[in-house]
Amino acid sequence: MSYTSRIGIRNHLFRDLRELLAKASPLRSGDQLAGVAAASREERAAAKLALAELPLTVFLEQQLIPYEADEVTRLIVDSHDAAAFAPISALSVGGLRDWLLSDRVDGAILTRLAPGLTPEMVAAVSKLMRNQDLILAARKCSVVTRFRNTIGLPGRLAVRLQPNHPTDDPKGIAATILDGLLYGAGDAVIGINPATDDPARLLTLWRLLDELIARFDIPTQSCVLTHVTRQIEAIGRGAPVDLVFQSIGGSEALNRSFGIDLALLGEAQQAALSLKRGTLGDNLMYFETGQGSALSANAHHGIDQQTLEARAYAVARAYSPLLVNTVVGFIGPEYLYDGKQIIRAALEDHFCGKLLGLPMGVDVCYTNHAEADQDDMDNLLLLLGAAGVNYIMGVPGADDIMLNYQSTSFHDALYLREALGLKHAPEFESWLQHMRIVDQAGRLRDSRGGDALPALTAFAEAAS
Amino acid sequence: MIEDSWTALRRHTAARIALGRSGASLPTREVLAFELAHAQARDAVLTALDVATLRGALEADGWAVSEAHSRAQDHAAYLARPDWGRRLHVDALATLAALDIKTTDLVIVVSDGLSSTAVQQNAVPLLRALRPLLPQRLTMAPVVIATRARVALADEVGEALGARIAVSLIGERPGLSSPDSLGAYLTYAPRVGRNDAERNCISNIRPQGLDYNAAAQQLAALIGTALQARLSGVKLQFDPGRAIAG
Repeated sequence: MSYTSRIGIRNHLFRDLRELLAKASPLRSGDQLAGVAAASREERAAAKLALAELPLTVFLEQQLIPYEADEVTRLIVDSHDAAAFAPISALSVGGLRDWLLSDRVDGAILTRLAPGLTPEMVAAVSKLMRNQDLILAARKCSVVTRFRNTIGLPGRLAVRLQPNHPTDDPKGIAATILDGLLYGAGDAVIGINPATDDPARLLTLWRLLDELIARFDIPTQSCVLTHVTRQIEAIGRGAPVDLVFQSIGGSEALNRSFGIDLALLGEAQQAALSLKRGTLGDNLMYFETGQGSALSANAHHGIDQQTLEARAYAVARAYSPLLVNTVVGFIGPEYLYDGKQIIRAALEDHFCGKLLGLPMGVDVCYTNHAEADQDDMDNLLLLLGAAGVNYIMGVPGADDIMLNYQSTSFHDALYLREALGLKHAPEFESWLQHMRIVDQAGRLRDSRGGDALPALTAFAEAAS
Repeated sequence: MIEDSWTALRRHTAARIALGRSGASLPTREVLAFELAHAQARDAVLTALDVATLRGALEADGWAVSEAHSRAQDHAAYLARPDWGRRLHVDALATLAALDIKTTDLVIVVSDGLSSTAVQQNAVPLLRALRPLLPQRLTMAPVVIATRARVALADEVGEALGARIAVSLIGERPGLSSPDSLGAYLTYAPRVGRNDAERNCISNIRPQGLDYNAAAQQLAALIGTALQARLSGVKLQFDPGRAIAG
């Protein structure tokens, strides 16, 4: 089925739903690289006009990747909740935008709606929304998850402490963790991207994190972000695995390029649940996503990168994750060219994930070949803070010396807390106060590390 | 300003720990140090390779030199369209054809990639260290200096010259603390359409990383191994650590 939009004397024709969505998508280099972007600004505007008229039910009738050919499509179709969808079933895509932004729609309504939304509906409406719309609508959503603490409460911001080291040196990693904890970071997770995939060395990292969390009784969770099969093997060998991590995408072909399928994710979740390491809740999956990964793996099916990204969230929500984040600027300028495109994509991803019921964080980041700098990241942080992002990354000095990109620093989290009055996860805040790292207001104490410093230093110096 | 009292832990990591703070913010010295590092990394990406100087230095070392450029028309197009950076411009194809080389064992393509700094500083000394390690009988095409070039451009160069092996020496995506890192990518039987799994890579070649002599030994050993096995990539049994020890 084709769609048309008449602008003056010109009639714009969009041959199918994929083309309509792609051409309505705000400009980004990855869609141009894929050859699916609108050829002119007028064509993009025309696509948005046509998309706005589209009934939402079209997305239940037409699939972007055939049901028979793709298990992500099957997951989306089979898990759709028609009763939850009922309140918006008569709306068009444009009507959904107005409905989402209306005064009467609040967080409770959106929580009930989430199982009735498909990723394609959410991607479609995001394309009609300005940045401020994406912020206000996402801000209404509240997605709260628990493992050893509570993440995602309104007015709170958590931080993933990301203590990477180019050779996985335990002392170097422990020194970085100490730095992060003393800056009040680490409530989302203490998560290492390892340089190695050697099982023995990975086990060293899991044990290091487990000992640290146990010794200092820190209400947080650990993760070693290696391939999911390595984590299942490690659980089998008795490794103290809290969260299971995996990169995921919005098509079966992309997930295969990551070496995974839905069954494997389910197996990993069950293996980790069997350890019963959560004290407050059972959310223990940690997923990372990012626009453009499908094209880079040649698994995009002619679909624009933002819509495919939203489909990845349908994968994530099937496993009740503790954390999901879009690594928005890591992929490079051939997918998101500059600060403007990175900022837009981050707000889209956060909005789409939240609307679909996910505990969204964002890796606010860029590479040195992208047309972006720290000022762009400062801007994006504030926008995401206003939008109610669940968590951000914490990398010392914003400089990840293992992955060679710039993310957000421990100081950046302080900036966001200061600017917007955001507090830590409640259990972690109590721990920081108990350790005399922060004061009763949640601000860092001027005590050069608090009472915890000697013991933490001894731990770092002894790490091996 | 508050200085952190755990600066002694810096000896365990190059990560930017114990930076201190002014309120919620970084101290001035740290803000400016970061900006300098980012400026150097950006300059490495954005500064055009000085081809004339590089060519002069290579020729002074006794290398025959040719030049090529990709289909990317300008630097912005180069960054946004890696597919254009992987293919030779039609003029460059003509230049290579004029060399009239039907077959050769090895062609080395020196490419700007994402760091002209890395190429400008490290390509000449690396090749100087490599030359005595290559077998006398090995036939070589001129060194090709390629601009706005991705790794895979060397495949098309190799195919055009009938090379058994193409080696791309290319500026790697700069990190904040490593704006000058050179990579070496080897492809056996290079031709358009080869993928990354069919290449072998030696990374982080620079004085503060893998030094020229060690990198040259690894690269020479890799060339020898690939010629013997008649393949490259993940299927090639090659341990760079052993190459140095041997």
